Amino acid sequence: MVSSSLRILELSKRYGDFVALAPTSLDVAKGEFLTLLGPSGSGKTTLLSLIAGLAHPDEGQILVDDADVTHSPAYDRDIGVVFQNYALFPHMTVEDNIAFPLKMRKVSDAEARRRTMEALETVRLPHVAKRFPRELSGGQQQRIALARCIVYRPAIILMDEPLGALDKKLRDQMQLEIKRIHRELRATIIYVTHDQEEAMTMSDRICLMNAGAIEQLGTPEDLYFRPRSMFVADFLGESNLLSATVRDVDAEGLDIVLADQAAPSRAVGNGSSFAAGEPIKIMVRPQNLHVVTAAADSGGLTGRLVDVMISGSLTRLYIAPETSGMPQLVAAYPTRSGSPPHEIGQLVSLGWNPADAVAIRDGGGH
Amino acid sequence: MGTAKQRALPRSQIWSWVAMGGPLALLLVLFLVYPVGQLLLLSIHNDSGFTLAQYRQLFASSVYVDVLLITLKISLVTTLVCVVTGYPIAYLISVVGKERKATLLFWVLLSFWTSFLVRAFAWIVLLGRNGVINKLLLSLGIISSPASLLYNFGSVLVGMVNALLPLAVLTMLSVMENIDRNLPRAAATLGARSGMAFWKIYFPLSLPGVAAAGIMVFVTAIGFFIVPALLGGRRETMITQLIIDQIQQTMNWGFAGAISVLLLFVVLIVFAAYDRLLGLSTMTGVATAPKSKPSRLSEPIAKVGDVLLTLLGTISDAIISLLPSRRRGRNPDQPGFGLQAFAWTMLLIISLPTILMIPLSFGKGGLNWPPQGFTLHWYETVLASPVWTQALLRSLMVGVGTGLLAMLIGTPAAFLLVRSNIPGKGAWLAFILSPIVVPRMIIAVGLFYVFANIGLVGSAFGLILGHTVVAVPYVVMTMMAVLRNYDTRLDHAASSLGARPFATLRHVTFPILGAGMMSSFLFAFATSFDELTIALFATGGLNATLPKQFWDEVTLQVSPVIAAVSTCLFIFMGLLIFTAERLRRRAAAR
Repeated sequence: MVSSSLRILELSKRYGDFVALAPTSLDVAKGEFLTLLGPSGSGKTTLLSLIAGLAHPDEGQILVDDADVTHSPAYDRDIGVVFQNYALFPHMTVEDNIAFPLKMRKVSDAEARRRTMEALETVRLPHVAKRFPRELSGGQQQRIALARCIVYRPAIILMDEPLGALDKKLRDQMQLEIKRIHRELRATIIYVTHDQEEAMTMSDRICLMNAGAIEQLGTPEDLYFRPRSMFVADFLGESNLLSATVRDVDAEGLDIVLADQAAPSRAVGNGSSFAAGEPIKIMVRPQNLHVVTAAADSGGLTGRLVDVMISGSLTRLYIAPETSGMPQLVAAYPTRSGSPPHEIGQLVSLGWNPADAVAIRDGGGH
Repeated sequence: MGTAKQRALPRSQIWSWVAMGGPLALLLVLFLVYPVGQLLLLSIHNDSGFTLAQYRQLFASSVYVDVLLITLKISLVTTLVCVVTGYPIAYLISVVGKERKATLLFWVLLSFWTSFLVRAFAWIVLLGRNGVINKLLLSLGIISSPASLLYNFGSVLVGMVNALLPLAVLTMLSVMENIDRNLPRAAATLGARSGMAFWKIYFPLSLPGVAAAGIMVFVTAIGFFIVPALLGGRRETMITQLIIDQIQQTMNWGFAGAISVLLLFVVLIVFAAYDRLLGLSTMTGVATAPKSKPSRLSEPIAKVGDVLLTLLGTISDAIISLLPSRRRGRNPDQPGFGLQAFAWTMLLIISLPTILMIPLSFGKGGLNWPPQGFTLHWYETVLASPVWTQALLRSLMVGVGTGLLAMLIGTPAAFLLVRSNIPGKGAWLAFILSPIVVPRMIIAVGLFYVFANIGLVGSAFGLILGHTVVAVPYVVMTMMAVLRNYDTRLDHAASSLGARPFATLRHVTFPILGAGMMSSFLFAFATSFDELTIALFATGGLNATLPKQFWDEVTLQVSPVIAAVSTCLFIFMGLLIFTAERLRRRAAAR
C-alpha cells in the first residue's frame, strides 16, 4: 500500500454559534498511527469528517502529500473511512460490499474478485463472502468494514470509533488486529476514540482534543507522564493533583512547597515555563504514590485509609489526607494474594519519588 | 444552528430546492389552491359583482343549518364510538407478539382498504328486510315480522363506524407503538397495581394518539356522503350531499360554493381548537417541547384530570382484585381474555358484512339470506358488460398513472423535507398535507369547475391529476418516514468509497429505499383506485371509473351483480395488502 502524509492548516468549522473546530493545524507522517482522543463534543469527529470530505470547512486547508484536497468531494479524495456503526450496505453481500469501491473505480471483475478475496483473507474471514451483513456478528461486521476500506488501498485510512459497539474482550482482540493490519500495510491511520486506554495502546501519537481545539499532541508517554494541562492529566488515566507553589526553577526541575506543608520538595517540569511564586498543581500518578503505615509524628503528608478496592491486576487505596482542603488521593499497586497490608481507618504516611511529581500550570487550559 | 440559515444561500442550492419541490408545489397550486379558491370566489360573486345572496339563502331557512347540525351530530357520535372501541383494539395490537400482531393488523388493514362503497353496500344487504340480521332475529323468535333496520340514524352510525374504525385504530396504534413498554413495568416495581399503572402511566402517554384519531375521524366523517346516502333516510342527510345536489341537479356553483365555505369553516374551527389544545405537531408524531406558557386554565384542568385518572386506577384495581386469583396471577404483559374477545368481536363486525357478500354473490336467490344454490351468473354478467370492464380498465390505468405521478413528484419533495435545511419546513409540510385536511368534496367540486373550463372533464389525464393531489400527501408521509429511518452514513460510506452522487443514488440509496417506494406507490394506487368523490364529477358521466360505476349502479338498484363486483374488489384489495405487507417485511428484515 502506498501511504500518504496529511497536513492540516488552520482548519475550522462552525455550526451557527457553536465552534465545532477552532482553527487547527496538524501534521500526520506517512505510515503513522495517530489517534484523535477526547470527550464527546471535543471536535474529533468534526475533524475526521472534514478530512474525509463529508463536511466542508469554513476556513483552512487540507493537504494530502502536499496536494490541496480542501475542496475535492469525498469520492475523489482517496481517503478510506471505517464508520462507527460500520455502514455496511444491507442489500449487498459481504463480497459485493467489499467490491463496491473497486467497482466505482472501474476495476475489472476478475481483478476485483481477486482483491476482494485477498482483503477477506487479511481480516481472516474468507468464508463469509456470500453472506449478508445482518448474518454476521458485530465483530465480523467490523472486520468486513475494515476489509472494504483497505481493499482499494486508500492513501489514508480514517477510523471513527470503530470498536465502540463491541464488548471489552472483542475490542481488545480487534485492537491487536488493527495494529497488525497497520504494520502489514504500513498505512497512515487516523483513529478516533474517546477511550483513553485504547488510544494509549494503539497510537504512535495521540492528539488530545477538548472544546474544538487540540489540547496536547504527543506520544502516549508524553501525554501520560508530561501532561501540559490539568485536563490532560485528568483525561489520561487516574491522577492525584495537589496544590503547590513554586519556590525556584532550575535546569533539572522545580523547588516547590505543597499547600499547608512546611517542608519544601522537588518536582519536574512538563515543558511549560514556570516562575517563582506561581501557584501550580503537582500531579502524582497512583502507582507512584507510596503508602506506608505512619510512624508516630513522622512529618510529611499523612492521611487515613478510606477504602481498598481490588480491580483485577491493580489494588487501589483511597486516602483522605489529614490536611484540610486537600482532595481524596488514590494509590495503586499490583494485586497480591493474601490480605491487604493496610486496614481501613488506619493512619498512613504518603510519599513519592520527586521524579514522579510533575508540575502543571494551575487552572487547566491553554 | 440559527445563524447558518441567515447566511446567503448559494444559487445552486436554491435551484436544487426548486427542482425537487417545484413540481409538487405547482401541482398543489394549480389543482388544489386555485380550484378551491375559485369555488369560494364563486360563492361571493355573480354576474353583477360582489354579492352575499348565496349566504343569505343559506341562512334564510333552518333547512341548511339543520343539515349542518345533523352532520355535526353524526360525526361526533361516530368519532366517539370509533375512538372508544378502537382504543382497546389498538392497545391489543401494540402489545401482542409479532405473529398475532401481523394477523390482527391484516384484518384492520383489509377493512381500511376495502372501499367505503363495498362496505356500505354490504350493510344494505345485511340490514335489509331479507338480510342476515332480520333472518337471524326471526329464526330466534325475537321478532315476528322483519324489522326495518335501514335508513335511520342507527344504520348510518353503523356504516360510519365501520368505515372509520380502521382509521381510528391505525392512528392510535402509531402513537401506542412508540410508548416504552418498560414504563408500566417500572410503575409496577414502584408499587402501582396494574389498573393504576394503566390509567396513570400508559393512558396519559397514549392521549396524543387518541386526540389525533379523534380529529382524523371527525374531519373525515364530516365530509362523508356515501354512507348517509346509501344507509340513511331523508333525516340523515349530510352537508356534502347538499353540495352534490347543487352541482348535479341545478349546476348552482355559487350556492355549492357557499355550502363549501361553511363546511371548510367548520373543519378549520375544529383544527384550530385542536391546535390550541394539543398543538398540530402531535399529529405528525413529532414530539415538540411543551408550550412555554400554559394557560391559566390548564393547571386546574390537569389537576382534575389527575384525580380522575387516579380514581379510574383505584376502581380498576378494585375490580381486578375481585376476580379469581388465578386470573390475577397471570403475566401482566399478556393481554386479558376480555380484551382479546372484544377486539376480535369488533374486527369481526367490521369485516363480516363484506365476507358475507361472497356466498351471496354465488347464490341464485338474489341478495336474500341464506344464499341458495350456486351460480356464476352474476360474475358472467359483470364480465360480459362493457360498462364494467371499461370502468375496471380505466380505474387500473388512472390508478397506475396516479401512483407513478405521485411517486415521481412526492419522493423528491420528501427528500427535500428530510434532508435539506430549507427554511419553513413546518409550513411546507402543512401545505403538502392540506389535501387531507380540506374536505374531498370541496376539492372535487372546485376541480370540476376548473376542468370544465379547460376541457379536462371526462379525460383520464384530468382524473390522474385530481387523484394525485389527494394521494401525494400519503406518498410524501410514507417516504419521509422511510427516509428518516434511512442511515445517511451509508451514503457517506459510498461517497468515501469513491461513488459519485449519481452512483450512490443508483447503487445504495434507491435499492434500500425500494420497498418503501413500492409501498408508497401502492398506497397512491389504492387511494386512486378507491376514489369516488373526484371521479363523481371529473368523469363527467362518461368514462366512469370502477367506484363511479359502482355508485351509479348502487344508487339505482341493489343487485347481486354488485355483490359479485364487491367480492372481486375485496379479494383484489386483500391480495394487494398481502403483497404490500410482504414487501414491507422484506424491507424490514434487512
